[in-house]
Amino acid sequence: MTGSTDSSSPPVVVLENLVKFFGRFAALRGISDSFAPGKLYVIVGDNGAGKSTLLRVIAGLIEPSQGSVTLLDAKSTREVAHRIGYMGHAPLLYDELDGLENLRYFAGLYDVHDHTICHDAMRRVGLDPDLERRVGQYSQGMRQRLSLARALFHDPELILLDEPFSNVDVHSAHDMAAILGTERDQGKTIFVVTHQSALMEQVADEFVHMADGKIESREAVRPLPLSATTAGGDR
Amino acid sequence: MSTATVTKSTLLKDLRMEWRSKDAINSMLFFSLLVVVIFSFAFNPTAEESRLIAGGLIWVAFLFAAVVALNQTWARELHNQVLDAYRVSPAPANALLLAKALGNFLFVVVLEVLMAPLFVVFYQLRSVGPVWQLIVIALLGTWALVVNGTFFAALSIRTRSREIMLPLILFPISIPALLAMVDATTSILTGDSSPDFWMKMLLVYDVVFTAVCLLLFESVLNAE
Repeated sequence: MTGSTDSSSPPVVVLENLVKFFGRFAALRGISDSFAPGKLYVIVGDNGAGKSTLLRVIAGLIEPSQGSVTLLDAKSTREVAHRIGYMGHAPLLYDELDGLENLRYFAGLYDVHDHTICHDAMRRVGLDPDLERRVGQYSQGMRQRLSLARALFHDPELILLDEPFSNVDVHSAHDMAAILGTERDQGKTIFVVTHQSALMEQVADEFVHMADGKIESREAVRPLPLSATTAGGDR
Repeated sequence: MSTATVTKSTLLKDLRMEWRSKDAINSMLFFSLLVVVIFSFAFNPTAEESRLIAGGLIWVAFLFAAVVALNQTWARELHNQVLDAYRVSPAPANALLLAKALGNFLFVVVLEVLMAPLFVVFYQLRSVGPVWQLIVIALLGTWALVVNGTFFAALSIRTRSREIMLPLILFPISIPALLAMVDATTSILTGDSSPDFWMKMLLVYDVVFTAVCLLLFESVLNAE
């Protein structure tokens, strides 16, 4: 099943003539598009195509030079910040705190004070919440898992992930992809920027190809059932 | 979402991280200790002379030491780009500034408590005026330094040479506060005049600059 949300529902992300300049370099060149809810979009393209910039503009981390972004029917990203989960290229975690301390702090920023939610989020990505090891001593794969837990713990409707599989072993990457597939099946809208598109082939609904700051094409695919992903022989 | 709740959780997080690393407090302590020892060798003042120069000496030492801590305030938020996690969250921007300023305030107050006995011993200080007024000036003056310092440290985090930028911006804007702190301290130590005017000026400075910093911080946080 591909998402629980009807594709005729109003779009969750609407981009209108989106332009972003860094100095004289145009990273985004007039992107206008809309994205339906309950789907998993994989944004692919060469280095410098504008993928991460697009994701950061959608997340509200960068102001567009021109154009506008409408998220979840709100004109300001700030209004719907609690409904968005963002995982950056960097882990966005404090090295001096352990995993649970990190999640508890970020949970407070989202007004989530039930600490069992943080425990569950860690267990879900395969981390032990009782591990008293500081994040600075985590492996890269563990950091990425914790970073994913940080993006998902507050049950966001829109999930934005920038290179979630970088420096992650194949086993962990497949686990993370399966988690994303489950989130999509629960009706979440997910954008994943990645160079490892093969990892997402079994769960993606649509590949969004970017080049030179524009969306070149969108290719709808039919994801395999999640059971096929988790039962795959490549694990 | 309450600003007070986020301020408290961010402050506790910063205190926990500082307790584990002791980066800021150690740097400030060693720096202040050096200033006290070197100045005492350089001037070797009598008790009477000490009362006249101690106000300037103490506050210059604390100002320079505070800059050491202020420069590290945002370093932890830049590492792993954690600041982005705060920016995408619904948490109020001002809570972050308040937590950072309160954290720096506590660090500098701890430094002052530890260094005050050394100043007394090295400079044979005996206050003619009431000591409680010195405590009020220390609290007001420290807040004046850290609220501006935290704000301007945030302003300079995206510049290449931020360690140089911070004192260049902070020192000129702190001159009125520094003047009030030094004159009020000297007035109390010597007992020559009332420090009331300078204390009121310090209070006004604190209120005005805290308000301005809080008003402008969201723009600074989201600036590219």
